Amino acid sequence: MGLLSKKDAKLISDPLLDNNPITIQVLGICSALAITAELKASIVMAISVMFVLAMGNVVISLIRNIIPSKIRIIVQLVIAAALVIIVDQVLKAYAYELSKQLSVFVGLIITNCIIMGRFEAFALANGPWKSFLDGIGNSAGYGLILVIVAFFRELLGSGSLLGFKVLGDSVEKTGVYAYGYENNGFMLLAPMALITVGLIIWVQRSRNTALIEDN
Amino acid sequence: MGLKENLHNIKEKNKDKKWLPAFSALHTFLYTPNETTHSGGHVRAADDLKRTMTMVVLALIPCLIFGMFNTGFQHFKAFGAPVEFLSMDAFLFGFLKILPLIIVSYVVGLGVEVLFAVIKNHEVEEGYFVTGMLVPLIVPVDIPLWMLAVAVIFGVVIGKEVFGGTGMNILNPALVIRAFLFFAYPTWMSGDKVWVEGATERAKEIAAGANLDAISGETILGSLAQGKEFVYSVSDMFFGYIPGSVGETSTFLILLAGIFLVVTKIGSWRIMLSSIVGALVMGLIFNGVVNAGWIAEGSKFYSLMSTVFWHHLLLGGFAFGVVFMATDPVTASQTNKGKWYYGFFIGFISIMIRVFNPAYPEGVMLAILLMNVFAPTIDHYVVQGNVKRRLKRLKVKTA
Repeated sequence: MGLLSKKDAKLISDPLLDNNPITIQVLGICSALAITAELKASIVMAISVMFVLAMGNVVISLIRNIIPSKIRIIVQLVIAAALVIIVDQVLKAYAYELSKQLSVFVGLIITNCIIMGRFEAFALANGPWKSFLDGIGNSAGYGLILVIVAFFRELLGSGSLLGFKVLGDSVEKTGVYAYGYENNGFMLLAPMALITVGLIIWVQRSRNTALIEDN
Repeated sequence: MGLKENLHNIKEKNKDKKWLPAFSALHTFLYTPNETTHSGGHVRAADDLKRTMTMVVLALIPCLIFGMFNTGFQHFKAFGAPVEFLSMDAFLFGFLKILPLIIVSYVVGLGVEVLFAVIKNHEVEEGYFVTGMLVPLIVPVDIPLWMLAVAVIFGVVIGKEVFGGTGMNILNPALVIRAFLFFAYPTWMSGDKVWVEGATERAKEIAAGANLDAISGETILGSLAQGKEFVYSVSDMFFGYIPGSVGETSTFLILLAGIFLVVTKIGSWRIMLSSIVGALVMGLIFNGVVNAGWIAEGSKFYSLMSTVFWHHLLLGGFAFGVVFMATDPVTASQTNKGKWYYGFFIGFISIMIRVFNPAYPEGVMLAILLMNVFAPTIDHYVVQGNVKRRLKRLKVKTA
């Protein structure tokens, strides 16, 4: 990345892997469980969170010196809420079906622990450019896990990807269904999202043993 | 030099080879290992884990053989060519249908175990020995083998290995396997087709336009959940001449196995007894509600609620679950007092789920899994209660 200094590049790459908000900090799990049954919804969710987090980080960072520290949580909430409403309205206007499918979870981005966590931990103490990169990095790390989980859940649970029936038609028995394959209904239930995230954590920590906490 | 020494020597020579755990597993099936403990005093007892497991498998064999007879019996009966229950035809038919289930269960399950033993470099544990025998007995006979294989992999990895292997698991692996199948492939685990071998195939042929009679082999619980009458007598239920999962139909044989496990001190009589009490209490409550006229006859819970309370013990997998799964020493409560609570709630909740959620006729599976999760909590409070009581006694004395 020629554009970014080494330090800045690390702001983006770190949360993707070794400091991933979901698998390492275990934040933002609720939405990861709720909306990962379909790939499309997860991608939209990831983009929405990216917008809210990056913009919010920049705004907080710009006004960080004038926020009275006693009421900073409320200020952060207001900013996050404003951005979430923008996302919600845009989705309702241009992608109504998806918006209905994501239902309350767009509104609940505000409660996503990653948002408040980054506002508190990073934006309050760093400049706008760095905060922007941090927001992009963390939301990308979040989105990456969402997409991986949703990929497996939609593929194994519904036999499709982004709505395309890649494994054949389960009713007409084409593709792999002709050989007796069946969709795994368990993948569509929330517990499997948790187990899938757990498996990702397992793979990640056995590849990089430095991540394993001491007991 | 005999085989025994040869095996020991092979082990000695290949001490640091990767595949040694796999070899040791086979080795210990044949002979007692020649390793001795290096420090401290140790009690040597003959009833090690392997002996315990073997006893449970022995207790399961009658259920398995009965299941083979029953599979054939139900099949021929449903297809309009009834045969004697204890006939060779029935047995051979069932044998050929159930053998693949057993093979898949053991090959896949032990395969995963050996894989983990090699990766983690420890001895292969015997835990799967019983699980592998339980699994074919608690699934419908028509379950596709690949589904069983997927479920076994899931059950052994997620149900057991992630927690650290045999003895460390929170949930009973066999039930995790069944629960996985149940939620992943519900059409193969419930309904009126899967319990009789061939009925699903027949339904497909009919759907394709063949002019054949539909085969229906609803379980008694399934019929009751839909408010239908069933045609089986109490003795049918008790001896197990009814459709159901492979090995769980005969309450009579399960009862004998239960007595065997209690006499050999492998299964806990406290858990078995308290589960039965719990189920009876719940059944009596439901019967009471019906007798008091608090529930309308048209209600969807009516027929299950009005089932005579002790019939619940004979229906579904209740007896099988209580004798073979609730008593699993790893996942049950460890304290004697805790076992009473643990068992009572298993019985109580099984019947509750069975009646109130007809979509989950097999309440006992879910009840045991639920109580597995609570077992450590129960133990904790029992132990704490004991500590408190003793402290109090101490205070009285010293005061």
